Amino acid sequence: MTGLVDINNMKKTYVMGSNMVRALDGVDLNIKHGEYISIVGPSGSGKSTLMNMIGCLDAPDSGSYMLDGVDVSDMNDKELAEIRSEKIGFVFQGFNLLPRLTALENVELPLIYRGYSHKKRREMALEALDRVGLGDRVHHKPTELSGGQMQRVAVARALAGNPPVLLADEPTGNLDTNTGKEILAMLEKIHDQGNTIILITHDKELAGQAKRRIEIRDGRIIHDEEVRK
Amino acid sequence: MNFLQSLKMAVTSIYSNKGRSFLTMLGVIIGVAAVIAATGFALGSTSSITDSIESLGANKLSVNILDRNSNRDIDYEDFKAFTDENADLISMMAPTVNGTSTVKYQTTISEAVNVIGTSPDYAEINDMHVQDGRYILELDMEYRQKIAVIGTAVANEFFGRTDPIGETIKLDGTPFTIVGVLEQKDGGQDGGEDDVIIIPVTTAQRVYKSATIRTFTVLVSESENVAKTQALIEDFLFETYLSEDAYRVFNSAQILDTLEDITGTMALILGGIAVISLLVGGIGIMNIMLVSVTERTREIGIRKAIGARKSSILSQFMIEALVITGLGGLIGIVIGVGAIFLVISNFVPPVIDPMWMVLSFGFSLLIGLLFGIFPAYKAANLNPIEALRYE
Ligand SMILES: Nc1ncnc2c1ncn2[C@@H]1O[C@H](COP(=O)(O)OP(=O)(O)O)[C@@H](O)[C@H]1O
Ligand SMILES: [Mg+2]
Repeated sequence: MTGLVDINNMKKTYVMGSNMVRALDGVDLNIKHGEYISIVGPSGSGKSTLMNMIGCLDAPDSGSYMLDGVDVSDMNDKELAEIRSEKIGFVFQGFNLLPRLTALENVELPLIYRGYSHKKRREMALEALDRVGLGDRVHHKPTELSGGQMQRVAVARALAGNPPVLLADEPTGNLDTNTGKEILAMLEKIHDQGNTIILITHDKELAGQAKRRIEIRDGRIIHDEEVRK
Repeated sequence: MNFLQSLKMAVTSIYSNKGRSFLTMLGVIIGVAAVIAATGFALGSTSSITDSIESLGANKLSVNILDRNSNRDIDYEDFKAFTDENADLISMMAPTVNGTSTVKYQTTISEAVNVIGTSPDYAEINDMHVQDGRYILELDMEYRQKIAVIGTAVANEFFGRTDPIGETIKLDGTPFTIVGVLEQKDGGQDGGEDDVIIIPVTTAQRVYKSATIRTFTVLVSESENVAKTQALIEDFLFETYLSEDAYRVFNSAQILDTLEDITGTMALILGGIAVISLLVGGIGIMNIMLVSVTERTREIGIRKAIGARKSSILSQFMIEALVITGLGGLIGIVIGVGAIFLVISNFVPPVIDPMWMVLSFGFSLLIGLLFGIFPAYKAANLNPIEALRYE
């Protein structure tokens, strides 16, 4: 397994009025291809901030970041957008599907930005929806789907372009316990098929699925351990 | 992401907001429809005037004598002498004295028949030739012959199938011998161009006691000499009347020029109104697009998170603005053309100028570009994280 994420001494401070929030306070993190990692920590500990950094949605104040062998620390907006398009698949707590588009169209969206042809897009999107078990719901709008199904569409959207990293920020946070477990089982399966998954959660129990658990508090990593089952 | 994709996205988003999109377009629709309808009206009214002026012919000069109190009149002979002197410039000349007469032949009487007193050249200038007999000759002019050439309507009314040539009719009691019948011009009805009697102007002056000839028509041989000839005639008239107010010499090109000036001014005013109304429409578009960008902040965040570049977002919103204004422009053109054919055509002939369509459509797009760029720029520059946190 080769290096996928290589973060060194990353810092990010938010200024809210007169308050300074150290969302990330010197994070070092190495993730290899094919890992299944959970990042746990209480609310406000900096998990989402870390995910945004890994996902190239935001730039750190300091520190270096190599993603899949590419130094992304000094990239401009356009280059970061390209990196996101090529290398990252996001799954959010609130699903974040476009309500006016069907499941299929939602899954096709990142592929449009990647510049695939119509035919190729269809093919890839249908395959991704199949992988999450929604092959029979492709023409449904998000409002016609249950929460679990919406999150599956979101996972399919993240998977569709086969990015090297799948980032899931509390993907079960808006779901009931059983549905949440289904989603996690699905992520497990996807990992078994070879995808790298970074799962963020504040629920230590849910994190149990992952092979490696990282605990974060006040913007620092306080534990980083292999989980043996 | 290519243009077609952006276009598809734009259309989808416009379509899923039909009501608002239509309201957004309304300013452009009204502006463009108003321009098309108004220019249609302007062009329609000028075209009917232009047609009648152009039928005069480009080489024609029309001389009107306005002076009523002068005892220095210009008679046919005077003008003839002048035109003969300038035969190199002037090919033809015809005076006209218009009158109406009660015409009597045996027991048939017709009132208010149009009588034109003129000269031999009138036939050529107005393309009114005889089908039978002869036209007025220079000799008739000299001797003030009481001869007449009649139109087919007059011939039918008084003579039916019998040959009118050689017969004598009375115009207001004065006997005239018919020497020719004109070719039919417009169907031979009563009151039309064929319901006319032509007599020598010299005779007409005597019969109608109208000493002054008020109108002369002059045909210039070469069109490049029209202005020169016009000046010459004006000099000649000035020598007689010693006042520039006593006469007017028109050429049809001059009248058309004036008309074009008026049309141009009208177009400018209409264009100004169009620009203003479309600008107002544009401000409406910007307003609604800014609202739309705010409403869709989360959508923009999602798109950015999954790989949309700034340029993709920018082009998506720009194309949305352009599609809205373009569609508004097209609808406006359709409504404007409809108004020309359904309403304006009741007043003037319907004229449609593609230039105005292209112009107003292009201007609609320009408005979309101008007022779409700011909201689109705002959308493209949203911070994805903040956009995703937006509720
Ligand atoms: N865009 C932002 N502006 C200001 N403060 C922020 C912003 N994002 C996060 N923070 C703050 O940074 C800290 C870490 O936030 P976050 O990474 O979202 O935590 P978590 O995901 O672990 O709950 C919190 O105190 C949060 O209020
Ligand atoms: Mg969070």
